[in-house]
Amino acid sequence: MNAPAPALRPALAAGPERMLDSRFTVPGIRCAGCIGKIERGLSALPGVESARVNLTAKRVAVSHAAFLDEDILIEELRKLGFEAGRAVDNPLARDDGETKRLVRALAVAGFGMMNVMLFSVSVWSGTDAVTRELFHWISALIAIPVVVYSGRPFFASAWMALRHGRTNMDVPITIGVVLATAMSLHETVTGGEHAYFDGAVMLLFFLLAGRTLDAMMRGRARSGIAALLGRMGRGAQVLGEDGGTRYVEAEKLEPGMVMLVAAGEALAADGVVEEGSTTIDASMLTGESDPQAAGPGDRVHAGMVNLGNPVEVRVTAAAQDTALADIARLMDHAGPSRSRYVQIADRAARLYAPAVHTLALLSFCGWMLAGAGVYKALTIATAVLIITCPCALGLAVPAAQVVAAGTLMRRGLLIKDGSALERLAEVDDVLLDKTGTLTLGEPRPMTLALLGPTSKGIALGLAQASRHPLSRGLMRALREDGVQPADVTDLHETAGTGIRGRFEGRDVALVRPAATGGAAGTELAVDLVIEGARTRIAFGDPLRPDVPATLDALRAQGLTVSIASGDRTEAVAALARTLNLFAAAAMRPADKLALLERRAAAGRKVLMVGDGLNDGPALAGAHVSLAPGSASDVSQQAADAVFVGERLMPLALAIKVARATMRVVRQNFATAVLYNVLAVPLAIMGHVTPLVAALAMSGSSVLVVGNSLRLARAAGPKEGREQA
Amino acid sequence: MTILGLMIPLSLGMGLFGLGAFFWSMRTRQYEDLDGAANRILIDEDNPGPEGA
Repeated sequence: MNAPAPALRPALAAGPERMLDSRFTVPGIRCAGCIGKIERGLSALPGVESARVNLTAKRVAVSHAAFLDEDILIEELRKLGFEAGRAVDNPLARDDGETKRLVRALAVAGFGMMNVMLFSVSVWSGTDAVTRELFHWISALIAIPVVVYSGRPFFASAWMALRHGRTNMDVPITIGVVLATAMSLHETVTGGEHAYFDGAVMLLFFLLAGRTLDAMMRGRARSGIAALLGRMGRGAQVLGEDGGTRYVEAEKLEPGMVMLVAAGEALAADGVVEEGSTTIDASMLTGESDPQAAGPGDRVHAGMVNLGNPVEVRVTAAAQDTALADIARLMDHAGPSRSRYVQIADRAARLYAPAVHTLALLSFCGWMLAGAGVYKALTIATAVLIITCPCALGLAVPAAQVVAAGTLMRRGLLIKDGSALERLAEVDDVLLDKTGTLTLGEPRPMTLALLGPTSKGIALGLAQASRHPLSRGLMRALREDGVQPADVTDLHETAGTGIRGRFEGRDVALVRPAATGGAAGTELAVDLVIEGARTRIAFGDPLRPDVPATLDALRAQGLTVSIASGDRTEAVAALARTLNLFAAAAMRPADKLALLERRAAAGRKVLMVGDGLNDGPALAGAHVSLAPGSASDVSQQAADAVFVGERLMPLALAIKVARATMRVVRQNFATAVLYNVLAVPLAIMGHVTPLVAALAMSGSSVLVVGNSLRLARAAGPKEGREQA
Repeated sequence: MTILGLMIPLSLGMGLFGLGAFFWSMRTRQYEDLDGAANRILIDEDNPGPEGA
């Protein structure tokens, strides 16, 4: 993370003023105003050399002097009004390089295709033999390097498949392209009439377009998810022997260290509370929504969030030994069942490739038997291979999936890859977690109606200055109500007590309720104090606003919906009755996985939706899985798709769009097959000239892409009909 | 037909120029932040920083 800038500023790096580059994820960047605010705000700080916002990736890169550490910069960003987190090298972002290689290959193929086509069109329009020969030679000079460069992704993949004794879509592609190029070269050398250079290069171009679309879809969803990650206990402030503190990453924590856990921070390791008492939110691990009290001697686990006072925790188990790591092991165990899923394109290829090769071989043998000679028979077999090359097939699946993924992304659902869409379309059973999935998973004020407009303004003015989870929930609810913050001055926050300030000469504060009797023990609430007058604001974890509508939409699609929660039986039963759902409560991670396996054994395709770490194994083991954007990092990485925002409707929408996508994919396949049925007899009879091949190929590709574009409307109008 | 001797190198040269320009734009990371570029024009006083974030 703290990588010194190597080649960028050699002069500076040599001197004492060594500059460091730090990156932060800032999910809140949305507009030009944010860019200007952050870049100007950070650049104005002493010690910051430059700050550059990447709006697409929602990241900020800061080049700064060594005396500013990352915590200071995060704090500065917070003062500017943006929540920020350290950007870590994300395991999801690895295949960025693959997309770039594909784009380069696509650009080269595009260049080759256009230029070769210039010469081909002249040849087709009728040129005399000398000019034709010259044009064939120039085409060869362009096409051969292009085929070698742009064909590599296919050649490599075909070679891999053949070496393992399998076949895939790339085998017929490779054979077709190589044979077409070799035949055309022979034709050029011998001064023949038909060269297929344009066909070979065009084939590569269309197929690369499909591959690139596919890679870009995955890349975009992943960078979106990466922007959401990185907020959980990735490390801790550790108390040193000299009384100072230093930041230690989660993997480097060791038993015996003492962590300082601030309010609102997630624990990075298992441990025992040494000093201080607080309330702990364990919902990430257990699904239990009510906070628990924790005092000296109590055990706490990595992934739990400290809601109350800062505490000191002595680490008892770190890294691979935490309860969290046990869950990770369960997930590893559950994962492989999904990797056995075969995508529809590969299933098609298993039928397609042998059929095509047999057909080409038969036409070669047939023409040999008819006494046409090796050369003529080979030309015709090549024409058959070019015509049948799965140009439309190679585009059929990625084009449809990319359009569908783009549609869903605009509605707040990030799909990680095409296979997730295919599996989503097969779902017939939905299993929902409760906390964080059906509910928002964060405390929200339930009794705002008791406050007058002035009080609301004061509450917002106070709440937005604090990062306590309750203040953040209050701030979000008030902002949604359109409340304007009052100009509260002299703000100061005392950890564990509350935040105080002055407004129009009056003392105002948001404080924890005084412990009056036993009832206030674990109840979540704050008191708004204006000149000594207290108003209690109670907090709860409300349902997402559109839960009933979403459930109706899911049932209308013929799905069975049920709840599987780790929360207490009473809490789950009450909710299940309200929503009229079957529910299982008090489930541990292993129980959820077992439930899934029972249903899978009964032949059901289960969609798991969950957010907590306790859902991780179930998310990894389900046929397909979704996680909300507020979910833990682990869950987001285990899930096939992530939905952002407060609404649950993207869930129903995802299934609807996935099914529409598979319909379009099947239509695309039908188009490709129909085209083959028409064109292959022509090819076998030897009537396919390079001109016919080029027309057929581009015609079918345009048809397939056009059909796929219809999916842009598959989600229905914004705020669609399914809400009625 | 001598015009071909001029036109063919010219058309190939233009194609290669376009290809080169595309490769250059990729290498200088001009596609890394498309949304940002679209929004930056709305900022009053632009704050030129180093390329790439």
